[in-house]
Amino acid sequence: MLDDFFLRALLAGLGVALVAGPLGCFIVWRRMAYFGDTMAHSALLGIALAALFEVDLTLGVFAVAAGVALALVVLARSELVPTDSLLGILSHSTLALGLVLIAFMTWLRIDLSGYLFGDILAVNRADLAVIWGGGLAVLGVLAWIWRPLLAGTVNAELAAAEGLHPERARLVFMLLMAGVIATAMKVVGILLITALLIIPAAAARRFAPTPEVMAILAGALGAAAALAGLFASLRFDTPSGPSIVVAALGVFLFSLLLGALRDRLAGLRP
Amino acid sequence: MSQRSVRPAVPPCDAERAPAAAEVLLRLRGVGVRRGTPGDLRWLVEDVDLAVRRGEIVCLIGPNGAGKSTLVRVAVGVQAPTVGSVERAPGLTVGYVPQRLAIDRTLPLSVRRFMSLTARHREADVTEALSATGVTHLAGRLLQNLSGGEFQRVLIARALVRRPDLLVLDEPVQGVDFAGEIALYDLIREIRDRLGCGILLVSHDLHIVMAATDTVVCLNRHVCCTGTPQTVAETPAYRDLFGTRAAQALAVYEHHHDHAHDAGGQAVPLARDRQG
Repeated sequence: MLDDFFLRALLAGLGVALVAGPLGCFIVWRRMAYFGDTMAHSALLGIALAALFEVDLTLGVFAVAAGVALALVVLARSELVPTDSLLGILSHSTLALGLVLIAFMTWLRIDLSGYLFGDILAVNRADLAVIWGGGLAVLGVLAWIWRPLLAGTVNAELAAAEGLHPERARLVFMLLMAGVIATAMKVVGILLITALLIIPAAAARRFAPTPEVMAILAGALGAAAALAGLFASLRFDTPSGPSIVVAALGVFLFSLLLGALRDRLAGLRP
Repeated sequence: MSQRSVRPAVPPCDAERAPAAAEVLLRLRGVGVRRGTPGDLRWLVEDVDLAVRRGEIVCLIGPNGAGKSTLVRVAVGVQAPTVGSVERAPGLTVGYVPQRLAIDRTLPLSVRRFMSLTARHREADVTEALSATGVTHLAGRLLQNLSGGEFQRVLIARALVRRPDLLVLDEPVQGVDFAGEIALYDLIREIRDRLGCGILLVSHDLHIVMAATDTVVCLNRHVCCTGTPQTVAETPAYRDLFGTRAAQALAVYEHHHDHAHDAGGQAVPLARDRQG
């Protein structure tokens, strides 16, 4: 039953989920969900620009997502527009700009819904190399900036006062997010990437005694959701990206149930 | 010449002031911080001179909006001053107790893990710091589940585990009742006596000017007056800023444990610790 394309899909899903989990924890802790969404939406503009200038798609998406993240940081600091409005403006205008640009390039044959909702079954060997190679690099860098990033999440001033560089860690973190968005795009699609970042992290919360355990658990739960979603997608012939997200939602709801049950049992104990 | 960690113990309470010859840990000269857009620039603080020596407790007081937090940010090196200079002793280790920590409920951070937030520490050192502030029993608890007083003690323990030369505390008694407040001040004095570190303490509360304070710096965008608690209380500039009544409260509060003062400066019985 394990056709070659399906094996590749499984490997791609696993690779993305294992990286998205730990990264997603920081998005949850720092309340950056909307920020991540905005970066993800800008990926379509990245695709359009990459096609226009004939550069590698992954590279184009990474560059535009990173650029949008930096623009957000600078614009938020200038306090011209409230941050949430700013996010809304950039999120939807980059998505719309991408769509308009792609429509202009009449010579371009592009599977739009594949980019918006993921086309994991079309993942090839080169994509797998990018997903796993990039994923390992992202995890490596995340481990490297872990202490300043976590300290800055708790309190940036405290971290800076005691000799760490939380601002730098935050910028590096945004680059990591851009990297994950660029590689996860094929798996779950631009519109659903944030779900893969946030839902496993939220599910891991109730069972993690430390930030580190929560990050690992989020990766594991995300991987479980990716596997479950892909098998369901094969079985019921549903689109793979949304199936993975629905599976992640299932994992999250199950974690709520399990947590409530545990609290109930703890309450019964004398 | 005083050595780094074997400074002779300072007698308890207010018997002795830090010698003027002690090593200067931090010195601010003519510091000013300006903020705002080009059309609307204003000085948050202006022309501030301030020094903290080893073994000295410096208390920075002033009303809300006086620029205390800005000055602390400059002192700990988070913010560069617009004008003026900041000198730190070479190799200075700063322990910082911030005014507030907003930790998201989704972040599972136990007290023990929090202790090693900015640097790794030995288990024994962590335990020692927690016991110094009397919160060893909280080691396994989540930060989000602590009371105000417990949280402040954990914050101070976290700064202590670094063995700081300079301990900076921004409004350390916020959210703590008066009995807890006195206990915290005792603790801060004890820390100075034992570690011999310099302490910069920030407060908008007049009662903070405890007897063990060596120097009071009264800030209202600029330094209004500076000196020992007694001299500052008698300075006209201080009375103008806080009123005569406050000046009396400042003079009265000297380490008494038998009564407290309410907002109007009236003596009231000591509040029992809420945690019981």
